[in-house]
Amino acid sequence: MISDLDFWVLTLLLGLGTFLIRFSFLGIFGGKEMPEWALLHLRYVGVAVFPAIFMPLVVWPPATDGTVDPIRITAALAALVVGLRVNVIFSIIAGMATFYALRFIF
Amino acid sequence: MTALTPRKAFWRGYLDCAPFILIVIPYSMLFGVVARDAGLDLFQTMSMTVLVIAGAAQFTALALLQDNAPVFIALLTSLAVNLRMAMYSAALVPHIGHARFSVRALMAYLMVDQAFAVCVKTYEERPDMPPAAKVAYYFGCMMLICPFWYGFSFVGAYVGQAIPASLSLDFALPICFIALTGPLLRSVPHYVAALVSGVSILLFSWVPWNLGIMVAASLAMISGAQTELYLRRRAAKGAA
Repeated sequence: MISDLDFWVLTLLLGLGTFLIRFSFLGIFGGKEMPEWALLHLRYVGVAVFPAIFMPLVVWPPATDGTVDPIRITAALAALVVGLRVNVIFSIIAGMATFYALRFIF
Repeated sequence: MTALTPRKAFWRGYLDCAPFILIVIPYSMLFGVVARDAGLDLFQTMSMTVLVIAGAAQFTALALLQDNAPVFIALLTSLAVNLRMAMYSAALVPHIGHARFSVRALMAYLMVDQAFAVCVKTYEERPDMPPAAKVAYYFGCMMLICPFWYGFSFVGAYVGQAIPASLSLDFALPICFIALTGPLLRSVPHYVAALVSGVSILLFSWVPWNLGIMVAASLAMISGAQTELYLRRRAAKGAA
Protein backbone atom coordinates (compact mmCIF):
# COMPACT_ATOMS: atom_id res chain seq x y z
CA MET A 1 0.00 0.00 0.00
CA ILE A 2 1.28 3.46 -0.88
CA SER A 3 1.15 5.99 1.97
CA ASP A 4 -0.54 9.33 1.29
CA LEU A 5 2.51 11.31 2.39
CA ASP A 6 4.86 9.34 0.13
CA PHE A 7 2.49 9.75 -2.78
CA TRP A 8 2.09 13.52 -2.47
CA VAL A 9 5.77 14.24 -1.85
CA LEU A 10 6.69 12.16 -4.89
CA THR A 11 3.97 13.55 -7.16
CA LEU A 12 4.57 17.22 -6.34
CA LEU A 13 8.36 16.95 -6.67
CA LEU A 14 8.08 14.82 -9.82
CA GLY A 15 5.71 17.36 -11.37
CA LEU A 16 8.02 20.26 -10.51
CA GLY A 17 11.20 18.42 -11.56
CA THR A 18 9.69 17.26 -14.82
CA PHE A 19 8.58 20.81 -15.63
CA LEU A 20 12.08 22.16 -14.91
CA ILE A 21 13.62 19.52 -17.21
CA ARG A 22 11.17 20.42 -19.98
CA PHE A 23 11.72 24.13 -19.46
CA SER A 24 15.53 23.87 -19.12
CA PHE A 25 16.71 24.95 -22.56
CA LEU A 26 13.49 26.62 -23.69
CA GLY A 27 13.47 28.76 -20.55
CA ILE A 28 17.13 29.65 -20.23
CA PHE A 29 18.37 29.95 -23.80
CA GLY A 30 15.11 30.94 -25.52
CA GLY A 31 15.68 32.91 -28.71
CA LYS A 32 19.45 32.36 -28.76
CA GLU A 33 21.21 30.60 -31.62
CA MET A 34 22.45 27.10 -30.92
CA PRO A 35 26.03 26.28 -31.94
CA GLU A 36 26.57 24.03 -34.99
CA TRP A 37 27.91 21.08 -32.96
CA ALA A 38 24.79 21.12 -30.79
CA LEU A 39 22.47 21.13 -33.80
CA LEU A 40 24.49 18.30 -35.35
CA HIS A 41 23.91 16.10 -32.30
CA LEU A 42 20.31 17.15 -31.76
CA ARG A 43 19.37 15.82 -35.20
CA TYR A 44 19.75 12.38 -33.62
CA VAL A 45 17.84 12.91 -30.36
CA GLY A 46 14.78 10.93 -31.47
CA VAL A 47 16.60 7.93 -32.92
CA ALA A 48 18.95 7.99 -29.91
CA VAL A 49 16.28 7.99 -27.19
CA PHE A 50 13.36 5.94 -28.53
CA PRO A 51 15.25 2.64 -29.11
CA ALA A 52 16.67 2.96 -25.59
CA ILE A 53 13.11 3.09 -24.29
CA PHE A 54 11.57 0.31 -26.37
CA MET A 55 14.42 -2.22 -26.57
CA PRO A 56 14.28 -3.39 -22.92
CA LEU A 57 10.47 -3.47 -23.07
CA VAL A 58 10.64 -5.70 -26.16
CA VAL A 59 13.54 -7.94 -25.13
CA TRP A 60 12.88 -8.15 -21.38
CA PRO A 61 9.21 -7.22 -20.96
CA PRO A 62 8.13 -6.52 -17.35
CA ALA A 63 4.83 -8.34 -18.10
CA THR A 64 6.73 -11.65 -18.52
CA ASP A 65 9.04 -10.86 -15.57
CA GLY A 66 11.86 -10.18 -17.99
CA THR A 67 11.93 -13.47 -19.89
CA VAL A 68 12.37 -13.26 -23.66
CA ASP A 69 9.07 -13.64 -25.51
CA PRO A 70 9.41 -14.56 -29.22
CA ILE A 71 5.88 -13.30 -29.90
CA ARG A 72 6.71 -9.79 -28.66
CA ILE A 73 9.98 -9.71 -30.59
CA THR A 74 8.24 -10.80 -33.81
CA ALA A 75 5.48 -8.22 -33.30
CA ALA A 76 8.10 -5.52 -32.65
CA LEU A 77 9.91 -6.39 -35.88
CA ALA A 78 6.61 -6.24 -37.77
CA ALA A 79 5.96 -2.76 -36.34
CA LEU A 80 9.48 -1.61 -37.28
CA VAL A 81 9.32 -2.89 -40.86
CA VAL A 82 5.89 -1.36 -41.47
CA GLY A 83 7.03 1.88 -39.78
CA LEU A 84 9.95 2.09 -42.21
CA ARG A 85 7.82 1.35 -45.27
CA VAL A 86 4.46 2.95 -44.53
CA ASN A 87 3.71 5.22 -41.56
CA VAL A 88 3.23 5.52 -37.82
CA ILE A 89 -0.36 4.40 -37.59
CA PHE A 90 0.04 1.30 -39.74
CA SER A 91 3.16 0.48 -37.78
CA ILE A 92 1.14 0.37 -34.56
CA ILE A 93 -1.65 -1.62 -36.18
CA ALA A 94 0.86 -4.10 -37.62
CA GLY A 95 2.63 -4.48 -34.28
CA MET A 96 -0.47 -5.00 -32.15
CA ALA A 97 -2.20 -7.18 -34.79
CA THR A 98 0.85 -9.44 -35.08
CA PHE A 99 1.02 -9.62 -31.29
CA TYR A 100 -2.62 -10.63 -30.81
CA ALA A 101 -2.62 -12.96 -33.84
CA LEU A 102 0.44 -14.87 -32.66
CA ARG A 103 -0.89 -15.11 -29.12
CA PHE A 104 -4.15 -16.47 -30.49
CA ILE A 105 -2.33 -19.09 -32.58
CA PHE A 106 0.22 -20.23 -29.96
CA MET B 1 3.62 26.71 -51.30
CA THR B 2 1.73 29.58 -49.70
CA ALA B 3 2.85 30.90 -46.32
CA LEU B 4 1.27 29.01 -43.47
CA THR B 5 -0.94 31.12 -41.17
CA PRO B 6 -0.82 30.27 -37.45
CA ARG B 7 -4.46 29.17 -37.54
CA LYS B 8 -3.82 26.73 -40.38
CA ALA B 9 -0.62 25.55 -38.72
CA PHE B 10 -2.50 24.84 -35.49
CA TRP B 11 -5.03 22.62 -37.25
CA ARG B 12 -2.33 20.93 -39.32
CA GLY B 13 -0.51 20.01 -36.09
CA TYR B 14 -3.80 18.82 -34.64
CA LEU B 15 -4.42 16.54 -37.64
CA ASP B 16 -0.80 15.36 -37.90
CA CYS B 17 -0.98 14.14 -34.31
CA ALA B 18 -4.43 12.59 -34.70
CA PRO B 19 -3.12 9.03 -35.30
CA PHE B 20 -1.53 9.11 -31.85
CA ILE B 21 -4.95 9.13 -30.24
CA LEU B 22 -4.94 5.40 -30.94
CA ILE B 23 -1.89 5.04 -28.71
CA VAL B 24 -2.71 7.68 -26.13
CA ILE B 25 -6.12 6.15 -25.39
CA PRO B 26 -4.95 2.65 -24.40
CA TYR B 27 -1.78 3.99 -22.79
CA SER B 28 -3.50 6.58 -20.59
CA MET B 29 -6.28 4.14 -19.72
CA LEU B 30 -3.62 1.65 -18.75
CA PHE B 31 -2.12 4.21 -16.39
CA GLY B 32 -5.49 4.83 -14.78
CA VAL B 33 -6.07 1.12 -14.32
CA VAL B 34 -2.59 0.45 -12.92
CA ALA B 35 -2.78 3.44 -10.57
CA ARG B 36 -6.06 2.29 -9.05
CA ASP B 37 -4.64 -1.21 -8.84
CA ALA B 38 -1.69 0.20 -6.86
CA GLY B 39 -4.12 1.71 -4.36
CA LEU B 40 -4.32 5.34 -5.50
CA ASP B 41 -7.74 6.97 -5.40
CA LEU B 42 -9.32 8.77 -8.33
CA PHE B 43 -8.12 12.20 -7.17
CA GLN B 44 -4.54 11.03 -6.63
CA THR B 45 -4.47 9.31 -10.03
CA MET B 46 -5.68 12.43 -11.82
CA SER B 47 -3.37 14.71 -9.82
CA MET B 48 -0.36 12.72 -10.96
CA THR B 49 -1.56 12.68 -14.56
CA VAL B 50 -2.15 16.45 -14.66
CA LEU B 51 0.97 17.48 -12.72
CA VAL B 52 3.44 15.20 -14.49
CA ILE B 53 1.96 14.33 -17.97
CA ALA B 54 4.77 11.88 -18.68
CA GLY B 55 3.58 8.30 -19.02
CA ALA B 56 6.87 6.45 -18.70
CA ALA B 57 7.83 8.43 -15.57
CA GLN B 58 4.38 7.97 -14.04
CA PHE B 59 4.58 4.21 -14.54
CA THR B 60 8.10 4.19 -13.09
CA ALA B 61 7.02 6.17 -10.03
CA LEU B 62 4.08 3.85 -9.41
CA ALA B 63 6.14 0.70 -9.84
CA LEU B 64 8.79 1.88 -7.39
CA LEU B 65 6.30 3.15 -4.80
CA GLN B 66 4.51 -0.18 -4.97
CA ASP B 67 7.87 -1.88 -4.54
CA ASN B 68 8.30 0.11 -1.28
CA ALA B 69 11.31 1.96 -2.68
CA PRO B 70 12.26 5.12 -0.73
CA VAL B 71 10.48 8.20 -2.11
CA PHE B 72 13.85 9.77 -2.89
CA ILE B 73 14.87 6.84 -5.14
CA ALA B 74 11.44 6.71 -6.80
CA LEU B 75 11.74 10.45 -7.55
CA LEU B 76 15.27 10.25 -8.93
CA THR B 77 14.43 7.25 -11.12
CA SER B 78 11.34 8.88 -12.57
CA LEU B 79 13.21 12.11 -13.20
CA ALA B 80 15.98 10.13 -14.90
CA VAL B 81 13.36 8.67 -17.23
CA ASN B 82 12.35 12.25 -18.03
CA LEU B 83 15.88 13.60 -18.55
CA ARG B 84 15.45 12.86 -22.25
CA MET B 85 13.11 15.84 -22.35
CA ALA B 86 16.02 18.19 -21.64
CA MET B 87 17.21 17.11 -25.07
CA TYR B 88 13.76 17.75 -26.54
CA SER B 89 13.80 21.17 -24.92
CA ALA B 90 17.15 21.95 -26.52
CA ALA B 91 16.05 20.57 -29.89
CA LEU B 92 13.00 22.86 -29.90
CA VAL B 93 14.93 26.08 -29.17
CA PRO B 94 15.83 26.87 -32.80
CA HIS B 95 12.16 26.50 -33.77
CA ILE B 96 10.05 27.91 -30.97
CA GLY B 97 12.63 29.54 -28.67
CA HIS B 98 11.52 33.00 -29.89
CA ALA B 99 8.12 32.81 -28.13
CA ARG B 100 7.23 34.84 -25.03
CA PHE B 101 8.41 33.54 -21.64
CA SER B 102 4.92 32.56 -20.46
CA VAL B 103 4.18 30.85 -23.78
CA ARG B 104 7.45 28.92 -23.53
CA ALA B 105 6.53 27.87 -19.98
CA LEU B 106 3.19 26.54 -21.24
CA MET B 107 4.91 24.78 -24.15
CA ALA B 108 7.34 23.19 -21.69
CA TYR B 109 4.50 21.91 -19.51
CA LEU B 110 2.81 20.34 -22.56
CA MET B 111 5.94 18.67 -23.98
CA VAL B 112 5.30 14.96 -24.67
CA ASP B 113 7.23 12.38 -26.71
CA GLN B 114 4.82 11.72 -29.55
CA ALA B 115 3.95 15.32 -30.28
CA PHE B 116 7.61 16.33 -30.00
CA ALA B 117 8.54 13.73 -32.60
CA VAL B 118 5.86 14.96 -34.99
CA CYS B 119 6.84 18.63 -34.48
CA VAL B 120 10.54 18.15 -35.10
CA LYS B 121 9.87 16.01 -38.17
CA THR B 122 7.63 18.72 -39.61
CA TYR B 123 10.04 21.56 -38.73
CA GLU B 124 12.87 19.70 -40.48
CA GLU B 125 10.80 18.90 -43.55
CA ARG B 126 9.46 22.45 -43.82
CA PRO B 127 12.28 24.89 -43.04
CA ASP B 128 10.22 27.67 -44.69
CA MET B 129 7.59 27.53 -41.93
CA PRO B 130 7.19 31.03 -40.35
CA PRO B 131 8.13 31.19 -36.62
CA ALA B 132 4.57 32.03 -35.52
CA ALA B 133 3.27 29.04 -37.49
CA LYS B 134 5.79 26.77 -35.76
CA VAL B 135 4.46 27.83 -32.34
CA ALA B 136 0.86 27.34 -33.48
CA TYR B 137 1.73 23.95 -34.95
CA TYR B 138 3.28 22.94 -31.61
CA PHE B 139 0.13 23.85 -29.71
CA GLY B 140 -1.98 22.03 -32.31
CA CYS B 141 -0.03 18.84 -31.64
CA MET B 142 -0.10 19.14 -27.86
CA MET B 143 -3.72 20.27 -27.65
CA LEU B 144 -4.79 17.06 -29.29
CA ILE B 145 -2.70 14.73 -27.14
CA CYS B 146 -3.14 16.27 -23.69
CA PRO B 147 -6.96 16.26 -23.31
CA PHE B 148 -7.00 12.62 -24.39
CA TRP B 149 -4.24 11.85 -21.92
CA TYR B 150 -6.23 13.39 -19.04
CA GLY B 151 -9.59 12.06 -20.20
CA PHE B 152 -8.65 8.47 -20.69
CA SER B 153 -6.52 8.31 -17.53
CA PHE B 154 -9.78 9.23 -15.84
CA VAL B 155 -11.71 6.57 -17.75
CA GLY B 156 -9.05 3.99 -16.88
CA ALA B 157 -9.06 4.95 -13.22
CA TYR B 158 -12.86 4.94 -13.23
CA VAL B 159 -13.42 1.57 -14.85
CA GLY B 160 -10.48 0.16 -12.90
CA GLN B 161 -10.10 -3.56 -13.05
CA ALA B 162 -12.79 -4.04 -15.70
CA ILE B 163 -9.99 -4.31 -18.31
CA PRO B 164 -8.61 -7.86 -18.28
CA ALA B 165 -4.84 -8.14 -17.80
CA SER B 166 -4.92 -10.78 -20.55
CA LEU B 167 -5.24 -7.97 -23.13
CA SER B 168 -1.57 -7.11 -22.41
CA LEU B 169 -2.06 -3.41 -23.09
CA ASP B 170 1.46 -2.91 -21.72
CA PHE B 171 2.79 -3.93 -25.14
CA ALA B 172 1.25 -0.80 -26.68
CA LEU B 173 4.05 1.22 -25.06
CA PRO B 174 7.09 -0.27 -26.86
CA ILE B 175 5.07 -0.53 -30.08
CA CYS B 176 4.36 3.18 -29.79
CA PHE B 177 8.05 4.04 -29.49
CA ILE B 178 8.94 1.69 -32.37
CA ALA B 179 6.33 3.37 -34.55
CA LEU B 180 7.85 6.74 -33.68
CA THR B 181 11.33 5.56 -34.60
CA GLY B 182 10.55 4.04 -38.02
CA PRO B 183 9.82 7.27 -39.89
CA LEU B 184 12.86 8.97 -38.29
CA LEU B 185 15.25 6.49 -39.94
CA ARG B 186 15.92 8.69 -42.95
CA SER B 187 19.66 8.28 -43.52
CA VAL B 188 22.64 6.07 -42.69
CA PRO B 189 23.64 8.15 -39.62
CA HIS B 190 20.07 7.82 -38.28
CA TYR B 191 20.29 4.03 -38.63
CA VAL B 192 23.68 4.00 -36.91
CA ALA B 193 22.36 6.10 -34.01
CA ALA B 194 19.28 3.91 -33.56
CA LEU B 195 21.37 0.73 -33.63
CA VAL B 196 23.90 2.07 -31.12
CA SER B 197 21.05 3.19 -28.86
CA GLY B 198 19.23 -0.16 -28.99
CA VAL B 199 22.36 -2.22 -28.37
CA SER B 200 23.84 0.02 -25.67
CA ILE B 201 20.67 0.14 -23.58
CA LEU B 202 20.85 -3.66 -23.33
CA LEU B 203 24.56 -3.49 -22.44
CA PHE B 204 23.99 -0.69 -19.88
CA SER B 205 20.80 -2.05 -18.34
CA TRP B 206 22.76 -2.58 -15.10
CA VAL B 207 23.29 1.19 -14.69
CA PRO B 208 21.16 2.19 -11.70
CA TRP B 209 18.24 4.62 -11.69
CA ASN B 210 17.42 4.20 -15.38
CA LEU B 211 20.45 6.33 -16.20
CA GLY B 212 21.26 3.67 -18.81
CA ILE B 213 18.82 5.51 -21.10
CA MET B 214 20.95 8.64 -20.89
CA VAL B 215 24.16 6.68 -21.47
CA ALA B 216 22.70 4.88 -24.50
CA ALA B 217 21.18 8.07 -25.93
CA SER B 218 24.43 10.03 -25.53
CA LEU B 219 26.47 7.30 -27.24
CA ALA B 220 23.88 7.09 -30.01
CA MET B 221 23.84 10.86 -30.65
CA ILE B 222 27.64 10.95 -30.81
CA SER B 223 27.62 7.96 -33.20
CA GLY B 224 25.03 9.58 -35.45
CA ALA B 225 26.87 12.90 -35.52
CA GLN B 226 30.25 11.29 -36.17
CA THR B 227 28.81 9.12 -38.96
CA GLU B 228 27.33 12.22 -40.57
CA LEU B 229 30.68 14.05 -40.35
CA TYR B 230 32.50 11.01 -41.77
CA LEU B 231 30.10 10.72 -44.70
CA ARG B 232 30.40 14.46 -45.36
CA ARG B 233 34.21 14.24 -45.40
CA ARG B 234 34.08 11.25 -47.73
CA ALA B 235 31.65 13.01 -50.07
CA ALA B 236 33.90 16.10 -50.10
CA LYS B 237 36.90 13.93 -50.96
CA GLY B 238 34.94 12.20 -53.70
CA ALA B 239 33.94 15.55 -55.20
CA ALA B 240 37.51 16.92 -55.15
